[in-house]
Amino acid sequence: MTATAAPPEATAPAEPPVHKASLKKRLVPYWLLLPGIVWLLVFFVLPMVYQASTSVQTGSLEEGFEVTWHFQTYWDALTEYFPQFLRSLLYAGTATALCLLLGYPLAYLIAFKAGRWRNLLLVLVIAPFFTSFLIRTLAWKTILADGGPVVGALDAVGFLDVTSWLGMTEGDRVLATPLAVVCGLTYNFLPFMILPLYTSLERIDTRLHEAAGDLYATPATVFRKVTFPLSMPGVVSGTLLTFIPASGDYVNAELLGSTDTRMIGNVIQSQYLRILDYPTAAALSFILMAIVLIMVTIYIRRAGTEDLV
Amino acid sequence: MRWLRRNLVVIAGLTTLAYLILPNVVVTVFSFNNPTGRFNYAWQEFSLDAWKDPCGVADLCGSLALSLQIALWATIGATVLGTAIAFALVRYRFRARGAVNSLIFLPMAMPEIVMAASLLALFLNMGIQLGFWTILIAHVMFCLSFVVAAVKARVLSMDPRLEEAARDLYAGPVQTFLRVTLPIAAPGIAAGALLSFALSFDDFIITNFNSGNTVTFPMFVWGSAQRGTPVQINVIGTAMFAIAVLVVLAGQWAGNRRKKAQPQ
Repeated sequence: MTATAAPPEATAPAEPPVHKASLKKRLVPYWLLLPGIVWLLVFFVLPMVYQASTSVQTGSLEEGFEVTWHFQTYWDALTEYFPQFLRSLLYAGTATALCLLLGYPLAYLIAFKAGRWRNLLLVLVIAPFFTSFLIRTLAWKTILADGGPVVGALDAVGFLDVTSWLGMTEGDRVLATPLAVVCGLTYNFLPFMILPLYTSLERIDTRLHEAAGDLYATPATVFRKVTFPLSMPGVVSGTLLTFIPASGDYVNAELLGSTDTRMIGNVIQSQYLRILDYPTAAALSFILMAIVLIMVTIYIRRAGTEDLV
Repeated sequence: MRWLRRNLVVIAGLTTLAYLILPNVVVTVFSFNNPTGRFNYAWQEFSLDAWKDPCGVADLCGSLALSLQIALWATIGATVLGTAIAFALVRYRFRARGAVNSLIFLPMAMPEIVMAASLLALFLNMGIQLGFWTILIAHVMFCLSFVVAAVKARVLSMDPRLEEAARDLYAGPVQTFLRVTLPIAAPGIAAGALLSFALSFDDFIITNFNSGNTVTFPMFVWGSAQRGTPVQINVIGTAMFAIAVLVVLAGQWAGNRRKKAQPQ
Protein backbone atom coordinates (compact mmCIF):
# COMPACT_ATOMS: atom_id res chain seq x y z
CA MET A 1 0.00 0.00 0.00
CA THR A 2 2.76 2.45 0.85
CA ALA A 3 4.56 4.04 -2.05
CA THR A 4 8.15 3.17 -1.16
CA ALA A 5 10.66 3.02 -3.98
CA ALA A 6 10.92 -0.27 -5.87
CA PRO A 7 14.04 -2.35 -5.18
CA PRO A 8 16.63 -2.19 -7.98
CA GLU A 9 15.83 -4.51 -10.86
CA ALA A 10 19.19 -6.27 -10.48
CA THR A 11 17.92 -8.26 -7.47
CA ALA A 12 15.23 -9.98 -9.54
CA PRO A 13 16.25 -13.56 -10.46
CA ALA A 14 17.08 -14.34 -14.07
CA GLU A 15 14.32 -15.99 -16.10
CA PRO A 16 14.72 -19.81 -15.78
CA PRO A 17 14.47 -22.09 -18.86
CA VAL A 18 10.89 -22.64 -20.02
CA HIS A 19 10.52 -26.39 -19.48
CA LYS A 20 11.93 -26.20 -15.97
CA ALA A 21 9.62 -23.36 -15.09
CA SER A 22 6.52 -25.23 -16.19
CA LEU A 23 7.33 -28.23 -14.00
CA LYS A 24 8.07 -25.95 -11.08
CA LYS A 25 4.87 -24.07 -11.78
CA ARG A 26 2.80 -27.23 -11.78
CA LEU A 27 4.14 -28.10 -8.34
CA VAL A 28 3.41 -24.69 -6.81
CA PRO A 29 -0.20 -25.42 -5.73
CA TYR A 30 0.91 -28.64 -4.04
CA TRP A 31 3.60 -26.86 -2.08
CA LEU A 32 1.07 -24.24 -1.03
CA LEU A 33 -1.40 -26.88 0.09
CA LEU A 34 1.00 -29.27 1.76
CA PRO A 35 1.43 -27.80 5.26
CA GLY A 36 -2.23 -26.94 5.84
CA ILE A 37 -3.58 -30.16 4.40
CA VAL A 38 -1.11 -32.26 6.39
CA TRP A 39 -2.26 -30.40 9.51
CA LEU A 40 -5.90 -31.21 8.73
CA LEU A 41 -5.12 -34.84 7.88
CA VAL A 42 -3.17 -35.39 11.09
CA PHE A 43 -5.36 -33.39 13.47
CA PHE A 44 -8.80 -33.69 11.88
CA VAL A 45 -9.03 -36.86 9.77
CA LEU A 46 -6.73 -39.10 11.80
CA PRO A 47 -8.56 -38.24 15.07
CA MET A 48 -11.82 -39.33 13.43
CA VAL A 49 -10.19 -42.67 12.62
CA TYR A 50 -9.01 -42.99 16.21
CA GLN A 51 -12.45 -42.15 17.48
CA ALA A 52 -13.97 -44.73 15.14
CA SER A 53 -11.64 -47.35 16.54
CA THR A 54 -12.40 -46.21 20.10
CA SER A 55 -16.11 -46.61 19.48
CA VAL A 56 -15.74 -50.33 18.76
CA GLN A 57 -13.50 -51.04 21.73
CA THR A 58 -14.50 -52.71 24.96
CA GLY A 59 -12.78 -52.74 28.31
CA SER A 60 -12.33 -50.44 31.26
CA LEU A 61 -9.95 -47.70 32.26
CA GLU A 62 -8.14 -50.00 34.73
CA GLU A 63 -7.69 -52.99 32.43
CA GLY A 64 -7.28 -51.02 29.25
CA PHE A 65 -9.43 -50.87 26.12
CA GLU A 66 -9.21 -53.26 23.20
CA VAL A 67 -10.73 -53.23 19.72
CA THR A 68 -13.33 -56.01 19.74
CA TRP A 69 -15.59 -54.72 16.94
CA HIS A 70 -18.34 -54.38 19.49
CA PHE A 71 -20.92 -52.51 17.39
CA GLN A 72 -23.54 -53.14 20.06
CA THR A 73 -22.20 -49.99 21.77
CA TYR A 74 -23.84 -47.87 19.05
CA TRP A 75 -27.25 -49.45 19.55
CA ASP A 76 -27.00 -49.27 23.34
CA ALA A 77 -25.89 -45.65 23.24
CA LEU A 78 -28.67 -44.68 20.86
CA THR A 79 -31.43 -46.37 22.83
CA GLU A 80 -30.18 -45.24 26.23
CA TYR A 81 -29.71 -41.60 25.24
CA PHE A 82 -32.54 -41.29 22.74
CA PRO A 83 -34.32 -38.60 24.82
CA GLN A 84 -31.19 -36.45 24.89
CA PHE A 85 -30.73 -36.81 21.12
CA LEU A 86 -34.34 -35.84 20.53
CA ARG A 87 -34.08 -32.92 22.95
CA SER A 88 -30.90 -31.63 21.29
CA LEU A 89 -32.52 -31.63 17.85
CA LEU A 90 -35.67 -30.03 19.26
CA TYR A 91 -33.82 -27.28 21.15
CA ALA A 92 -31.41 -26.63 18.28
CA GLY A 93 -34.30 -26.58 15.78
CA THR A 94 -36.35 -24.17 17.92
CA ALA A 95 -33.34 -21.93 18.49
CA THR A 96 -32.61 -21.90 14.74
CA ALA A 97 -36.20 -20.96 13.91
CA LEU A 98 -36.13 -18.20 16.53
CA CYS A 99 -32.78 -16.95 15.21
CA LEU A 100 -34.26 -16.69 11.71
CA LEU A 101 -37.36 -14.93 13.03
CA LEU A 102 -35.36 -12.49 15.16
CA GLY A 103 -32.37 -12.14 12.89
CA TYR A 104 -34.16 -11.41 9.64
CA PRO A 105 -35.63 -8.02 10.63
CA LEU A 106 -32.29 -6.88 12.02
CA ALA A 107 -30.37 -8.02 8.93
CA TYR A 108 -33.01 -6.32 6.77
CA LEU A 109 -32.79 -3.16 8.83
CA ILE A 110 -29.00 -3.02 8.50
CA ALA A 111 -29.01 -3.83 4.78
CA PHE A 112 -31.77 -1.47 3.60
CA LYS A 113 -32.83 1.05 6.24
CA ALA A 114 -29.84 1.86 8.43
CA GLY A 115 -28.19 4.45 6.17
CA ARG A 116 -25.29 6.01 7.98
CA TRP A 117 -25.97 3.89 11.08
CA ARG A 118 -25.12 0.73 9.13
CA ASN A 119 -21.51 0.42 10.30
CA LEU A 120 -22.38 1.04 13.94
CA LEU A 121 -25.14 -1.58 13.88
CA LEU A 122 -22.78 -4.11 12.27
CA VAL A 123 -20.19 -3.43 14.95
CA LEU A 124 -22.82 -3.99 17.63
CA VAL A 125 -23.65 -7.36 16.07
CA ILE A 126 -20.00 -8.44 15.83
CA ALA A 127 -18.53 -6.94 19.00
CA PRO A 128 -20.18 -9.39 21.45
CA PHE A 129 -18.03 -12.08 19.76
CA PHE A 130 -15.05 -10.59 21.52
CA THR A 131 -16.51 -10.64 25.01
CA SER A 132 -16.22 -14.23 26.14
CA PHE A 133 -19.50 -15.96 25.29
CA LEU A 134 -19.33 -17.75 28.65
CA ILE A 135 -19.44 -14.42 30.49
CA ARG A 136 -22.41 -13.34 28.41
CA THR A 137 -24.19 -16.65 28.96
CA LEU A 138 -23.65 -16.25 32.70
CA ALA A 139 -25.24 -12.81 32.43
CA TRP A 140 -28.45 -14.53 31.33
CA LYS A 141 -28.54 -16.08 34.80
CA THR A 142 -28.90 -12.59 36.19
CA ILE A 143 -31.40 -11.50 33.54
CA LEU A 144 -33.64 -14.55 33.95
CA ALA A 145 -33.29 -14.73 37.75
CA ASP A 146 -36.39 -15.83 39.66
CA GLY A 147 -38.57 -12.85 40.59
CA GLY A 148 -36.46 -10.52 38.45
CA PRO A 149 -37.98 -7.77 36.28
CA VAL A 150 -37.74 -9.77 33.03
CA VAL A 151 -39.47 -12.84 34.43
CA GLY A 152 -42.01 -10.59 36.17
CA ALA A 153 -42.83 -8.83 32.91
CA LEU A 154 -43.15 -12.11 31.01
CA ASP A 155 -45.46 -13.40 33.73
CA ALA A 156 -47.56 -10.21 33.71
CA VAL A 157 -48.30 -10.41 29.97
CA GLY A 158 -49.25 -14.06 30.26
CA PHE A 159 -46.23 -15.29 28.27
CA LEU A 160 -45.26 -17.78 30.97
CA ASP A 161 -48.78 -19.27 30.95
CA VAL A 162 -48.32 -20.10 27.27
CA THR A 163 -44.82 -21.52 27.70
CA SER A 164 -45.92 -23.52 30.75
CA TRP A 165 -48.72 -24.99 28.67
CA LEU A 166 -46.12 -25.87 26.03
CA GLY A 167 -44.02 -27.49 28.75
CA MET A 168 -41.17 -25.02 28.29
CA THR A 169 -41.40 -23.39 31.71
CA GLU A 170 -42.62 -24.41 35.13
CA GLY A 171 -44.79 -22.05 37.13
CA ASP A 172 -43.31 -18.56 37.38
CA ARG A 173 -39.67 -19.42 36.87
CA VAL A 174 -37.63 -19.42 33.70
CA LEU A 175 -34.13 -20.34 34.88
CA ALA A 176 -33.45 -24.09 34.82
CA THR A 177 -36.24 -24.68 32.30
CA PRO A 178 -36.13 -25.54 28.58
CA LEU A 179 -37.09 -21.94 27.78
CA ALA A 180 -33.91 -20.66 29.42
CA VAL A 181 -31.76 -23.11 27.43
CA VAL A 182 -33.47 -22.24 24.13
CA CYS A 183 -33.15 -18.54 24.98
CA GLY A 184 -29.42 -18.98 25.60
CA LEU A 185 -28.90 -21.00 22.41
CA THR A 186 -30.83 -18.45 20.36
CA TYR A 187 -28.80 -15.64 21.85
CA ASN A 188 -25.42 -17.34 21.39
CA PHE A 189 -25.89 -18.25 17.73
CA LEU A 190 -27.90 -15.23 16.58
CA PRO A 191 -24.88 -13.41 15.05
CA PHE A 192 -24.15 -16.52 12.96
CA MET A 193 -27.63 -16.07 11.47
CA ILE A 194 -27.56 -12.29 11.08
CA LEU A 195 -24.22 -12.00 9.24
CA PRO A 196 -24.95 -14.39 6.32
CA LEU A 197 -28.48 -12.94 6.04
CA TYR A 198 -27.05 -9.45 5.90
CA THR A 199 -24.46 -10.45 3.28
CA SER A 200 -27.10 -11.93 0.96
CA LEU A 201 -29.59 -9.08 1.52
CA GLU A 202 -26.95 -6.45 0.87
CA ARG A 203 -26.25 -7.94 -2.56
CA ILE A 204 -29.85 -7.45 -3.69
CA ASP A 205 -30.30 -4.65 -6.19
CA THR A 206 -32.85 -2.29 -4.60
CA ARG A 207 -34.10 -1.36 -8.07
CA LEU A 208 -35.81 -4.77 -8.06
CA HIS A 209 -37.94 -3.56 -5.13
CA GLU A 210 -38.85 -0.41 -7.04
CA ALA A 211 -39.68 -2.42 -10.14
CA ALA A 212 -41.93 -4.73 -8.14
CA GLY A 213 -43.61 -1.69 -6.60
CA ASP A 214 -44.16 -0.15 -10.02
CA LEU A 215 -45.92 -3.36 -11.03
CA TYR A 216 -48.40 -2.79 -8.16
CA ALA A 217 -46.96 -5.37 -5.76
CA THR A 218 -47.79 -4.62 -2.12
CA PRO A 219 -44.79 -4.47 0.26
CA ALA A 220 -45.74 -7.93 1.55
CA THR A 221 -45.77 -9.33 -1.97
CA VAL A 222 -42.43 -7.68 -2.76
CA PHE A 223 -40.96 -9.39 0.26
CA ARG A 224 -42.52 -12.77 -0.51
CA LYS A 225 -41.76 -12.82 -4.24
CA VAL A 226 -38.52 -10.84 -4.52
CA THR A 227 -36.59 -10.18 -1.32
CA PHE A 228 -36.99 -13.49 0.47
CA PRO A 229 -36.21 -15.76 -2.52
CA LEU A 230 -33.11 -13.69 -3.30
CA SER A 231 -31.93 -13.99 0.31
CA MET A 232 -32.16 -17.80 0.27
CA PRO A 233 -28.36 -18.38 0.20
CA GLY A 234 -28.14 -16.36 3.43
CA VAL A 235 -31.07 -18.22 4.97
CA VAL A 236 -29.48 -21.57 4.14
CA SER A 237 -25.99 -20.81 5.43
CA GLY A 238 -27.42 -18.94 8.44
CA THR A 239 -29.61 -21.85 9.50
CA LEU A 240 -26.70 -24.28 9.06
CA LEU A 241 -24.28 -22.07 11.01
CA THR A 242 -26.89 -21.90 13.79
CA PHE A 243 -28.26 -25.44 13.83
CA ILE A 244 -24.99 -27.39 13.61
CA PRO A 245 -23.19 -25.81 16.58
CA ALA A 246 -26.43 -25.58 18.61
CA SER A 247 -27.08 -29.32 18.24
CA GLY A 248 -23.74 -30.19 19.84
CA ASP A 249 -23.71 -27.45 22.47
CA TYR A 250 -23.62 -28.27 26.17
CA VAL A 251 -22.72 -24.91 27.67
CA ASN A 252 -26.21 -23.38 27.62
CA ALA A 253 -27.86 -26.53 28.95
CA GLU A 254 -25.26 -26.70 31.73
CA LEU A 255 -25.33 -23.05 32.79
CA LEU A 256 -28.99 -22.16 32.22
CA GLY A 257 -30.75 -25.52 32.42
CA SER A 258 -31.22 -28.37 34.86
CA THR A 259 -30.76 -32.14 34.75
CA ASP A 260 -34.07 -32.29 32.87
CA THR A 261 -32.69 -30.21 30.01
CA ARG A 262 -29.52 -32.18 29.35
CA MET A 263 -28.61 -32.26 25.67
CA ILE A 264 -26.50 -34.86 23.89
CA GLY A 265 -23.46 -32.59 24.22
CA ASN A 266 -23.75 -32.79 28.00
CA VAL A 267 -23.83 -36.59 27.81
CA ILE A 268 -20.79 -36.81 25.51
CA GLN A 269 -18.88 -34.35 27.68
CA SER A 270 -19.54 -36.24 30.90
CA GLN A 271 -18.91 -39.65 29.30
CA TYR A 272 -15.52 -38.46 28.03
CA LEU A 273 -14.36 -36.28 30.89
CA ARG A 274 -16.08 -37.62 34.03
CA ILE A 275 -17.33 -41.18 33.58
CA LEU A 276 -14.41 -42.04 31.25
CA ASP A 277 -16.48 -44.52 29.24
CA TYR A 278 -14.62 -43.76 26.01
CA PRO A 279 -16.33 -46.29 23.69
CA THR A 280 -19.83 -45.04 24.53
CA ALA A 281 -18.69 -41.42 24.26
CA ALA A 282 -17.10 -42.06 20.86
CA ALA A 283 -20.19 -43.90 19.60
CA LEU A 284 -22.43 -41.06 20.80
CA SER A 285 -20.43 -38.42 19.02
CA PHE A 286 -20.43 -40.44 15.78
CA ILE A 287 -24.19 -40.85 16.00
CA LEU A 288 -24.54 -37.09 16.51
CA MET A 289 -22.25 -36.44 13.54
CA ALA A 290 -24.21 -38.84 11.34
CA ILE A 291 -27.56 -37.29 12.30
CA VAL A 292 -26.29 -33.77 11.64
CA LEU A 293 -24.62 -34.65 8.32
CA ILE A 294 -27.73 -36.49 7.07
CA MET A 295 -30.04 -33.65 8.07
CA VAL A 296 -27.74 -31.05 6.54
CA THR A 297 -27.47 -32.98 3.26
CA ILE A 298 -31.24 -33.36 2.96
CA TYR A 299 -31.73 -29.71 3.85
CA ILE A 300 -29.21 -28.48 1.26
CA ARG A 301 -30.83 -30.68 -1.44
CA ARG A 302 -34.26 -29.33 -0.51
CA ALA A 303 -33.13 -25.72 -0.42
CA GLY A 304 -31.55 -26.29 -3.83
CA THR A 305 -28.46 -24.26 -3.25
CA GLU A 306 -24.86 -25.36 -3.40
CA ASP A 307 -22.91 -22.25 -2.52
CA LEU A 308 -22.28 -22.23 1.18
CA VAL A 309 -20.34 -19.88 3.43
CA MET B 1 -51.30 2.45 13.79
CA ARG B 2 -50.07 3.23 10.30
CA TRP B 3 -46.81 4.53 11.79
CA LEU B 4 -46.42 1.24 13.66
CA ARG B 5 -46.95 -0.78 10.50
CA ARG B 6 -44.55 1.31 8.46
CA ASN B 7 -41.81 1.00 11.06
CA LEU B 8 -42.43 -2.63 11.96
CA VAL B 9 -39.09 -3.77 10.54
CA VAL B 10 -37.19 -1.07 12.40
CA ILE B 11 -38.92 -1.89 15.69
CA ALA B 12 -38.39 -5.65 15.28
CA GLY B 13 -34.76 -5.14 14.26
CA LEU B 14 -34.01 -2.88 17.19
CA THR B 15 -35.71 -5.35 19.55
CA THR B 16 -33.34 -8.06 18.29
CA LEU B 17 -30.41 -5.71 18.75
CA ALA B 18 -31.53 -5.06 22.33
CA TYR B 19 -31.66 -8.84 22.87
CA LEU B 20 -28.10 -9.10 21.52
CA ILE B 21 -26.72 -6.25 23.59
CA LEU B 22 -28.63 -6.81 26.84
CA PRO B 23 -26.13 -9.34 28.31
CA ASN B 24 -23.26 -6.94 27.54
CA VAL B 25 -25.12 -4.19 29.39
CA VAL B 26 -25.65 -6.50 32.35
CA VAL B 27 -21.97 -7.55 32.32
CA THR B 28 -20.94 -3.89 32.30
CA VAL B 29 -23.34 -2.83 35.06
CA PHE B 30 -22.38 -5.74 37.28
CA SER B 31 -18.68 -4.94 36.87
CA PHE B 32 -19.44 -2.03 39.24
CA ASN B 33 -21.19 -4.25 41.74
CA ASN B 34 -19.99 -5.06 45.24
CA PRO B 35 -21.50 -8.49 45.82
CA THR B 36 -21.80 -9.93 49.32
CA GLY B 37 -21.57 -13.62 48.49
CA ARG B 38 -19.39 -15.63 46.13
CA PHE B 39 -21.76 -15.11 43.20
CA ASN B 40 -22.18 -11.85 41.35
CA TYR B 41 -25.80 -12.38 40.31
CA ALA B 42 -27.71 -9.84 42.41
CA TRP B 43 -27.10 -6.11 42.60
CA GLN B 44 -25.80 -4.90 45.97
CA GLU B 45 -24.04 -1.55 45.76
CA PHE B 46 -21.85 0.53 43.48
CA SER B 47 -18.13 -0.06 43.79
CA LEU B 48 -15.01 0.57 41.74
CA ASP B 49 -12.92 -2.02 43.58
CA ALA B 50 -12.87 -4.59 40.79
CA TRP B 51 -11.84 -1.97 38.21
CA LYS B 52 -8.98 -0.78 40.41
CA ASP B 53 -7.62 -4.29 40.77
CA PRO B 54 -8.65 -6.49 37.82
CA CYS B 55 -5.93 -9.04 38.58
CA GLY B 56 -6.91 -9.31 42.24
CA VAL B 57 -8.23 -12.83 41.81
CA ALA B 58 -5.79 -15.73 41.82
CA ASP B 59 -5.10 -17.25 38.36
CA LEU B 60 -7.44 -14.86 36.55
CA CYS B 61 -4.83 -12.77 34.76
CA GLY B 62 -2.59 -15.81 34.30
CA SER B 63 -5.38 -17.55 32.40
CA LEU B 64 -6.01 -14.38 30.43
CA ALA B 65 -2.35 -14.11 29.43
CA LEU B 66 -2.33 -17.78 28.43
CA SER B 67 -5.43 -17.35 26.27
CA LEU B 68 -3.95 -14.30 24.55
CA GLN B 69 -0.74 -16.20 23.90
CA ILE B 70 -2.54 -19.22 22.46
CA ALA B 71 -4.82 -17.01 20.37
CA LEU B 72 -1.80 -15.14 18.97
CA TRP B 73 0.09 -18.30 17.94
CA ALA B 74 -3.05 -20.01 16.68
CA THR B 75 -3.83 -16.93 14.58
CA ILE B 76 -0.35 -16.84 13.08
CA GLY B 77 -0.38 -20.57 12.35
CA ALA B 78 -3.89 -20.69 10.90
CA THR B 79 -3.42 -17.52 8.86
CA VAL B 80 -0.19 -18.69 7.22
CA LEU B 81 -1.47 -22.20 6.46
CA GLY B 82 -4.95 -21.01 5.48
CA THR B 83 -3.78 -18.20 3.19
CA ALA B 84 -1.53 -20.62 1.29
CA ILE B 85 -4.42 -23.06 0.83
CA ALA B 86 -6.78 -20.30 -0.29
CA PHE B 87 -4.33 -19.10 -2.95
CA ALA B 88 -3.77 -22.65 -4.20
CA LEU B 89 -7.52 -23.23 -4.46
CA VAL B 90 -8.37 -20.01 -6.27
CA ARG B 91 -5.34 -19.55 -8.49
CA TYR B 92 -4.49 -23.07 -9.63
CA ARG B 93 -6.28 -25.94 -11.32
CA PHE B 94 -4.95 -29.23 -10.05
CA ARG B 95 -6.08 -32.75 -9.31
CA ALA B 96 -7.85 -33.37 -5.98
CA ARG B 97 -9.13 -29.81 -5.89
CA GLY B 98 -12.63 -31.01 -5.07
CA ALA B 99 -11.34 -33.26 -2.30
CA VAL B 100 -9.36 -30.40 -0.79
CA ASN B 101 -12.43 -28.16 -0.88
CA SER B 102 -14.48 -30.77 0.98
CA LEU B 103 -11.72 -31.33 3.51
CA ILE B 104 -11.66 -27.60 4.26
CA PHE B 105 -15.44 -27.42 4.50
CA LEU B 106 -15.90 -30.41 6.85
CA PRO B 107 -14.57 -28.86 10.09
CA MET B 108 -17.13 -26.06 9.71
CA ALA B 109 -19.98 -28.48 9.00
CA MET B 110 -19.47 -30.55 12.09
CA PRO B 111 -20.61 -29.95 15.67
CA GLU B 112 -17.57 -28.72 17.57
CA ILE B 113 -17.95 -31.40 20.20
CA VAL B 114 -17.36 -34.13 17.60
CA MET B 115 -13.99 -32.62 16.67
CA ALA B 116 -13.15 -32.00 20.31
CA ALA B 117 -13.88 -35.61 21.25
CA SER B 118 -12.02 -37.08 18.29
CA LEU B 119 -8.90 -35.03 19.05
CA LEU B 120 -9.06 -36.26 22.63
CA ALA B 121 -9.31 -39.82 21.28
CA LEU B 122 -6.14 -39.21 19.25
CA PHE B 123 -4.19 -37.70 22.13
CA LEU B 124 -5.30 -40.41 24.56
CA ASN B 125 -4.40 -43.21 22.16
CA MET B 126 -0.99 -41.72 21.42
CA GLY B 127 -0.31 -40.97 25.06
CA ILE B 128 0.27 -37.28 24.44
CA GLN B 129 0.23 -35.05 27.52
CA LEU B 130 -2.69 -32.60 27.36
CA GLY B 131 -1.80 -28.94 27.83
CA PHE B 132 -0.55 -25.87 25.99
CA TRP B 133 0.54 -27.73 22.85
CA THR B 134 -2.59 -29.81 22.44
CA ILE B 135 -4.73 -26.67 22.82
CA LEU B 136 -2.62 -24.83 20.24
CA ILE B 137 -2.77 -27.74 17.77
CA ALA B 138 -6.56 -27.92 18.12
CA HIS B 139 -7.02 -24.17 17.72
CA VAL B 140 -4.90 -23.97 14.55
CA MET B 141 -6.93 -26.89 13.19
CA PHE B 142 -10.38 -25.34 13.62
CA CYS B 143 -9.34 -21.76 12.75
CA LEU B 144 -7.78 -22.93 9.47
CA SER B 145 -11.07 -23.42 7.59
CA PHE B 146 -12.33 -19.98 8.57
CA VAL B 147 -9.15 -18.31 7.28
CA VAL B 148 -9.42 -20.22 4.00
CA ALA B 149 -13.06 -19.12 3.59
CA ALA B 150 -12.25 -15.47 4.32
CA VAL B 151 -9.17 -15.26 2.08
CA LYS B 152 -10.83 -17.25 -0.72
CA ALA B 153 -13.75 -14.83 -0.82
CA ARG B 154 -11.37 -11.90 -1.21
CA VAL B 155 -9.04 -13.50 -3.78
CA LEU B 156 -12.01 -14.69 -5.87
CA SER B 157 -13.25 -11.13 -6.27
CA MET B 158 -9.82 -9.95 -7.34
CA ASP B 159 -9.10 -9.12 -10.99
CA PRO B 160 -6.33 -11.45 -12.28
CA ARG B 161 -5.54 -8.87 -15.00
CA LEU B 162 -3.88 -6.72 -12.34
CA GLU B 163 -1.25 -9.39 -11.89
CA GLU B 164 -0.90 -9.83 -15.64
CA ALA B 165 -0.38 -6.10 -15.93
CA ALA B 166 2.34 -6.23 -13.30
CA ARG B 167 4.10 -9.04 -15.19
CA ASP B 168 3.78 -7.11 -18.44
CA LEU B 169 5.61 -4.30 -16.68
CA TYR B 170 8.48 -6.73 -16.00
CA ALA B 171 7.72 -7.49 -12.35
CA GLY B 172 9.09 -10.88 -11.31
CA PRO B 173 6.78 -13.45 -9.69
CA VAL B 174 7.99 -12.55 -6.19
CA GLN B 175 7.62 -8.85 -6.85
CA THR B 176 4.16 -9.31 -8.35
CA PHE B 177 3.08 -11.29 -5.32
CA LEU B 178 4.50 -8.90 -2.74
CA ARG B 179 3.50 -5.64 -4.40
CA VAL B 180 0.23 -6.50 -6.16
CA THR B 181 -1.36 -9.74 -4.98
CA LEU B 182 -0.67 -9.53 -1.27
CA PRO B 183 -1.87 -5.91 -0.77
CA ILE B 184 -5.13 -6.67 -2.59
CA ALA B 185 -5.70 -9.86 -0.59
CA ALA B 186 -4.74 -8.14 2.69
CA PRO B 187 -8.29 -7.26 3.86
CA GLY B 188 -9.34 -10.91 3.45
CA ILE B 189 -6.25 -12.12 5.29
CA ALA B 190 -6.86 -9.56 8.04
CA ALA B 191 -10.50 -10.65 8.35
CA GLY B 192 -9.42 -14.28 8.59
CA ALA B 193 -6.79 -13.46 11.19
CA LEU B 194 -9.20 -11.38 13.28
CA LEU B 195 -11.78 -14.16 13.14
CA SER B 196 -9.14 -16.74 14.14
CA PHE B 197 -8.08 -14.64 17.08
CA ALA B 198 -11.65 -14.20 18.30
CA LEU B 199 -12.52 -17.88 17.77
CA SER B 200 -9.38 -19.14 19.49
CA PHE B 201 -9.58 -16.69 22.38
CA ASP B 202 -13.21 -17.54 23.05
CA ASP B 203 -13.12 -21.26 22.34
CA PHE B 204 -14.51 -23.36 25.12
CA ILE B 205 -15.70 -26.74 23.86
CA ILE B 206 -12.52 -27.92 22.13
CA THR B 207 -10.34 -26.48 24.89
CA ASN B 208 -12.49 -28.13 27.56
CA PHE B 209 -11.72 -31.53 26.02
CA ASN B 210 -8.05 -31.02 25.22
CA SER B 211 -6.57 -28.78 27.89
CA GLY B 212 -5.89 -31.28 30.68
CA ASN B 213 -5.15 -29.15 33.75
CA THR B 214 -4.19 -26.06 31.77
CA VAL B 215 -6.56 -23.18 32.48
CA THR B 216 -7.34 -20.75 29.68
CA PHE B 217 -9.59 -17.76 30.28
CA PRO B 218 -12.82 -19.49 29.13
CA MET B 219 -11.88 -22.46 31.33
CA PHE B 220 -11.42 -20.08 34.25
CA VAL B 221 -14.87 -18.57 33.66
CA TRP B 222 -16.37 -22.04 33.37
CA GLY B 223 -14.82 -23.09 36.67
CA SER B 224 -15.92 -19.90 38.35
CA ALA B 225 -19.52 -20.57 37.31
CA GLN B 226 -19.42 -23.42 39.81
CA ARG B 227 -17.14 -21.95 42.49
CA GLY B 228 -18.38 -18.37 42.46
CA THR B 229 -17.85 -15.65 39.88
CA PRO B 230 -15.57 -12.79 40.91
CA VAL B 231 -16.56 -9.28 39.76
CA GLN B 232 -13.22 -9.06 37.94
CA ILE B 233 -14.61 -11.38 35.26
CA ASN B 234 -17.19 -8.72 34.43
CA VAL B 235 -14.46 -6.08 34.33
CA ILE B 236 -12.51 -8.10 31.78
CA GLY B 237 -15.65 -8.85 29.77
CA THR B 238 -16.50 -5.15 29.66
CA ALA B 239 -12.96 -4.15 28.70
CA MET B 240 -12.87 -6.73 25.89
CA PHE B 241 -16.19 -5.45 24.51
CA ALA B 242 -14.93 -1.86 24.59
CA ILE B 243 -11.64 -2.79 22.93
CA ALA B 244 -13.44 -4.80 20.23
CA VAL B 245 -15.76 -1.89 19.41
CA LEU B 246 -12.79 0.49 19.22
CA VAL B 247 -10.70 -1.85 17.07
CA VAL B 248 -13.53 -2.51 14.61
CA LEU B 249 -14.48 1.18 14.39
CA ALA B 250 -10.83 2.13 13.88
CA GLY B 251 -10.55 -0.48 11.14
CA GLN B 252 -13.62 0.86 9.37
CA TRP B 253 -12.40 4.42 9.72
CA ALA B 254 -9.06 3.46 8.15
CA GLY B 255 -10.91 1.60 5.37
CA ASN B 256 -13.12 4.61 4.63
CA ARG B 257 -10.13 6.93 4.49
CA ARG B 258 -8.37 4.62 2.08
CA LYS B 259 -11.48 4.48 -0.10
CA LYS B 260 -11.67 8.27 -0.15
CA ALA B 261 -7.97 8.53 -0.96
CA GLN B 262 -8.32 6.42 -4.12
CA PRO B 263 -11.60 7.31 -5.81
CA GLN B 264 -12.71 4.72 -8.35
